[in-house]
Amino acid sequence: MSERSNSAANLCEYLEASAQRFGDRVAVVDPDGSSVTYRQLNDRADRISGFLLARGLQPGDRVGVVQPKSVTGVCAIFGILKARCAYVPVDSSAPADRIRSILGNCHVRAVFASPGCAGVAADVETAKTVVVTGTSTGQGSSSLSPNAFAWDKVLEHEPGRALPASRHRDDVAYILYTSGSTGIPKGVTLTHENAVSFVDWCTSVFNPDEHDRFSSHAPFHFDLSILDLYVSLKHGSTLYLISEELGKSPAKMAAFIASNQLTVWYSTPSILSLLAEFGNLKQYDYSRLRLVLFAGEVFPVKHLRNITAQWPSPVYFNLYGPTETNVCTFARIPTPIPPDRTQPYPIGWPCSHCAALVVDDAKVPVPKGEEGLLYISGPSVFKGYWGQTGENPAFFERDGQRWYNTGDVVKEDPADGFIYVGRRDRMVKRRGYRIELGDIESALYRHQQISEAAVVAIPDADAGVKIHAYVATVQDSQPSIVDLKVFCSKALPAYMSPDAFLFRDSLPRTSTDKVDYQKLQKESAASQSQAK
Amino acid sequence: MSDPSTDQIKEEMRQYVLNEFLPGEKASNLHDDTPLRSSSIIDSVGLLRMIEFIENRYTIQVEAHEAGVENFDRIEDIATFIQNKRGAGA
Repeated sequence: MSERSNSAANLCEYLEASAQRFGDRVAVVDPDGSSVTYRQLNDRADRISGFLLARGLQPGDRVGVVQPKSVTGVCAIFGILKARCAYVPVDSSAPADRIRSILGNCHVRAVFASPGCAGVAADVETAKTVVVTGTSTGQGSSSLSPNAFAWDKVLEHEPGRALPASRHRDDVAYILYTSGSTGIPKGVTLTHENAVSFVDWCTSVFNPDEHDRFSSHAPFHFDLSILDLYVSLKHGSTLYLISEELGKSPAKMAAFIASNQLTVWYSTPSILSLLAEFGNLKQYDYSRLRLVLFAGEVFPVKHLRNITAQWPSPVYFNLYGPTETNVCTFARIPTPIPPDRTQPYPIGWPCSHCAALVVDDAKVPVPKGEEGLLYISGPSVFKGYWGQTGENPAFFERDGQRWYNTGDVVKEDPADGFIYVGRRDRMVKRRGYRIELGDIESALYRHQQISEAAVVAIPDADAGVKIHAYVATVQDSQPSIVDLKVFCSKALPAYMSPDAFLFRDSLPRTSTDKVDYQKLQKESAASQSQAK
Repeated sequence: MSDPSTDQIKEEMRQYVLNEFLPGEKASNLHDDTPLRSSSIIDSVGLLRMIEFIENRYTIQVEAHEAGVENFDRIEDIATFIQNKRGAGA
């Protein structure tokens, strides 16, 4: 058999090549235990693509995927890509307004939605096709609009796809929405080339093959899912989808990883910390686990030591990169972790497909070892945010390259590579999710009794960060904290809900009449250390 | 220590939830039937910590399949669950 080329131009080619070579192998295992082979997955994706084309979708059209993680969702994603459309995965448990705002922002032409989300999807004016997944023929969709189609019917459609020759590396493959500072989520728009360059890098470093069994812990709207989905399917491996419910139960997850003999695990450090603390790992056999990858936030060394002590045999990698670049630097973590180490591990050196530059505020490179902003260039760097016109201030040109400002401050260590220092803006990470503190403030301002809101984040040894919301309320009308929590649960994703609410008559201001965040930050830090 | 009554368990759980998840809130605003999980007052990590607290405090074992909203969304359900577990284990 000939060596397969590493230079696919399009994500669909990974599946199509694997369907040829590994047709009868299991491609994806659903959270309910059912599975599809490579041939079945490719066939279903062709039918979905045929259906979308028959519905008049054009290359470049956006298609929402709003449903819990399932084999259905993977089929839909590849069907969308084969029609040369872009998929837009959205958290089906997010507040309805947020789902609507994301689907509306990129003018989706079609949506694959679970029964519970089909109504929200149908509200989006441009969504002329809504496929209701998780329903058998006709059931549950008959009461919906004439634009609604049952999943089973779609799978009966004649196969069809955009001609492979028409595929272009610059075609948008997916749009991942992240928290935006003004309260409107930002759509990070990524092309096939962006994804393929990253996936091919994974091939060279992680050497996967058809005997690997990958975890899929991250939801599809989270960029960690790109590695899970495409690296495993490129190599004929088997992908084990982990449901949201299972993903929240370390005890069940620990049993799942062992009983399915997973070989590659990829998640945020938060999840690995929970597995180490609550997973009772000692009672199972993890000898098949060969790779543990983590990304999305700093891994507190205490927790990293804990997991590496309980899972001593796999090789550990810290992968770093914002959604805009996917993974762009990486570091292998030597185990065991020395007992006296307290400093988090570095984010390492640039991946082979990326270049890095550390510059000062004037965009002049800093001397090695000094702190500066990390800029990245390479084929995995995104083109822009959906719908954003004009120059993107996050980019600049140098040496004929386009450099993206990650917003992360780093310094270079000659032995270990880049060390993450922090941020200068108001973006924080919690459980791997990016949170713009301004996004939370705009939600709070929608509360009728709130007249002023300011949100700060303070470091926390266990949780990574704690989020404190300072609020001033309209006269004589103070909501309870329970009320505010309930309000936030309807206005924001759960990971963005503040940990504490603090009431003030008015918010402190600086001499230029801006909210004095530094003062609030100090107050929060002081209250946090008192509570310890 | 004598066995706590259901009302005592409710009060202990109310204090625990207030201290851990609702700093600054008045006890009177946290009712027996206030939703805790579905309102994001307690997130998935918070639930694990609360279960650890309950297991230690009431010397019971909570199985993974019991850790859903049917038992852990409201203080009254949590107290009932704890009492049932204690009864079953006695």
